[in-house]
Amino acid sequence: MKNIALANEPRFDVMSARDDFPVLARVIHGKPLAYLDNGASAQRPRAVIDAVNDYERHHHANIHRGVHTLSQEATGLYESARDRLVRFIGARSRHEIIFVRGATEAINLVAQSYARPLLQSGDEILITYLEHHANIVPWQLVCEQTGAKLVVAPMDQRGEIHMAAVESLMSDRTRLFACAHVSNALGTVLPVKRLIAAAKARGIATLVDGAQAVPHMPIDVQDLGCDFYTFSGHKLFGPTGIGVLYGREALLERMPPWQGGGDMILAVTFGKTTYNSLPYKFEAGTPNISGAIGLGAAIEFLGRMDLEGAHAHEHALLAYATDVLSEIESLRIIGTAPDKASLVSFVVDGVHPHDLGTILDEDGIAVRTGHHCAMPVMDYFKLAATARASFAFYNTFEEIDRLGAGILRARSIFA
Amino acid sequence: MELDDLYRDVILDHNRRPRNFGVLEPADASVEGFNPMCGDRLTVRLRMAGQTIADIRFEGQGCAISTASASLMTEAVKGKSRAEALALFDRVHSLLTDDDAPSDELGKLAALSGVREFPARVKCASLCWHTLASALQPPHPRQLAAVSTE
Repeated sequence: MKNIALANEPRFDVMSARDDFPVLARVIHGKPLAYLDNGASAQRPRAVIDAVNDYERHHHANIHRGVHTLSQEATGLYESARDRLVRFIGARSRHEIIFVRGATEAINLVAQSYARPLLQSGDEILITYLEHHANIVPWQLVCEQTGAKLVVAPMDQRGEIHMAAVESLMSDRTRLFACAHVSNALGTVLPVKRLIAAAKARGIATLVDGAQAVPHMPIDVQDLGCDFYTFSGHKLFGPTGIGVLYGREALLERMPPWQGGGDMILAVTFGKTTYNSLPYKFEAGTPNISGAIGLGAAIEFLGRMDLEGAHAHEHALLAYATDVLSEIESLRIIGTAPDKASLVSFVVDGVHPHDLGTILDEDGIAVRTGHHCAMPVMDYFKLAATARASFAFYNTFEEIDRLGAGILRARSIFA
Repeated sequence: MELDDLYRDVILDHNRRPRNFGVLEPADASVEGFNPMCGDRLTVRLRMAGQTIADIRFEGQGCAISTASASLMTEAVKGKSRAEALALFDRVHSLLTDDDAPSDELGKLAALSGVREFPARVKCASLCWHTLASALQPPHPRQLAAVSTE
């Protein structure tokens, strides 16, 4: 490892954290796995694997309507996962935590159930330049349906979003402002609290896509002041296919159900259906019960950790990776905002990201290569693709050294 | 799996100095191929003399495998008939996906056989061929921007 001042870094026990993640012991092409693709999906700790396994082996039944023991146990486990999430993000009540498939579904739900009934031709939805496709396309769809207009706040060369630029685009036609908390393609941390305050002052509803933020920083939705906050379980060390829509209760109350079916109703006749109360109004059909339980276990696992130490370690990894990569000749880091979280996007002259990904994989190093579902960001930097190393608290400085060495090896192949 | 087998000298050479690279004007067909997985794009342009590919050029942005494959393809099909080029596509496709595919009589194109050990990269190598197949479809002149590997 390069000589950097770590003496004052908080002592976070990385090796003990790694022991909780069985997959990190894997050997890939004869090399120990260096998993640097956490931005796409994080790995699961034993606590999550065991909770899902225990549920499947001993407690599975359909939830909410059964009087038998298994159904009551499954209901209890599913709902206690919701309670953990209430505390995890500082929601006011369990009415504000809707289980969905992931952040993508959460945003679509808000677009169709909150925005669509409200929008009129000429109204505006404001987003930023650095959004993931999941925070662009649902708004384009609802704009097509209503005649509303999608307005995009600009980004600068460092990948930063500036308050003034966003505020100047908040008009009396803006009905909703939606932005990422952390950019998945660049790592930029947006000044969401101030952006939300600016929107609120103008009576504009706000949605924050927290998919890339939740694993790396404490989230308090009441402190942020947003109306909606969305994230996915699998980036938070939980299972795939489960995620959360947080919504302010007063807004959720007014919104019509998104999907119809079982569990979201109180009474159905062919003449009229009475919808269930929150949060069930938005959870039609049998949900991903084991996924929710796994996500609850992930939250519990994180609650037992030294999270402050973990986040500080991630920050040190980011700083170290930025140093190591910056020293590589002909490597350019894409996204150089002063406030970043836990990922580095980069390109290397003469080595296409796709080739780099293959070569690093031969060294056991997993990185993401491509457009990261943020094609407008790629277009902005006039790139088709970047390579992206994204970190979790279980990554090590040594893995970043290996990344640096792998990049040099790739460069020598194409020299 | 060996990287040396994927990035053979022929591949590296054609990546570094792609042959028949650039715009062909006038062209009887111009088709853009797109690999949405990685964002690679390339355009194949060709000029026909009856059923024969009189000239062919490509341009675009892609990884080493896709660039080298396109470069090798243009060399291989120039002067070939439409039917011969499509038959060659079939053989290259087998080479990329089938472990038992023979590589004899493929000449330099045989250098692509290492790709089959890297399933995530097969589409990189086949993008140009899908694009060519579309460009060869009559009637000419023909212009398209929508051939995708997905």
